[in-house]
Amino acid sequence: MKEIALHIMDLVQNSIAAGATRVEVSVTRDSAAGRLTVEVADDGRGMPPHLADRAVDPFVTTRTTRRVGLGLPLLAESARQSGGSLVIDSVEGRGTRVTATFGLTHIDRPPLGDMASTLACLLAANPGLEVEYRHRCDGREFVLTASDVRQALDDMDGGAPGGPLVFRSVHGLVSEGLLAACGEDGSQLS
Amino acid sequence: MVKSLDELAKIRDKAKEALNLRAGEKETKIIVGMGTCGIAAGAREVMAAILDELGKRNLTEVTVTQTGCIGLCDKEPLVDVLRPGQPRVSYGRVDAERARRIVTQHVVNGQIVGEWVVGTQS
Repeated sequence: MKEIALHIMDLVQNSIAAGATRVEVSVTRDSAAGRLTVEVADDGRGMPPHLADRAVDPFVTTRTTRRVGLGLPLLAESARQSGGSLVIDSVEGRGTRVTATFGLTHIDRPPLGDMASTLACLLAANPGLEVEYRHRCDGREFVLTASDVRQALDDMDGGAPGGPLVFRSVHGLVSEGLLAACGEDGSQLS
Repeated sequence: MVKSLDELAKIRDKAKEALNLRAGEKETKIIVGMGTCGIAAGAREVMAAILDELGKRNLTEVTVTQTGCIGLCDKEPLVDVLRPGQPRVSYGRVDAERARRIVTQHVVNGQIVGEWVVGTQS
């Protein structure tokens, strides 16, 4: 994966596949500690301990279409290469929290990338999913929740807002919001 | 570029007007493969292009959803189009440009783009 934002897309797809209705995503940039932390927490079905412990093994997967699963192993490797690590906390029946830390200034850390597109796609393609995004950069914070966006766009023709409208709105809100809060365009984060 | 929630309200009103012009396209569904394989191959850019193209054409009632890996990883990014009265069509190796043509040619005009089809299912 070329961007951390793509890993986040991948983690949220895992959450969706685990039957989650609510996903909390956070990105924390801490310059003083030299650390970038990405966290995705869901209320999906979780994993039993023996599966959670081995989830970063590429030859462990719950899918039936193939015998390999590369999402978490790739993220674990990427985190490790930049001097960070991956931690999976999972409680069966309650949910899963995946925390990846990266060395902020390490040369092998992938860029955060196009967070605006990741969030815009996720919200547009999953109208039933509650997503909360928190982006912290050295104490400042940008927060976006799917319910706020949907409320602002709501009551069109009695139905939910269409995907293209949600996409365009979220993309703009994240790009501009991160520029205002952190001085960095949300569609090309370093 | 949308800068605030107030601005969203304005966009909403505009979209409301456009909504009355449409009929019949409601049941069309586009599914983008968003497993690890799809994402690594560029599925997010494909989905972004589809949503952008639908938005430009005011086709806001076409449903776009995502799914996980279906086992055809070497053909990713995969895009399925389900149009009423037509078989389900799976397109493979889709990029942003191909995605836009699938919207204009298949979703809007009902003509399947044969050269990129990897499977059909009625």
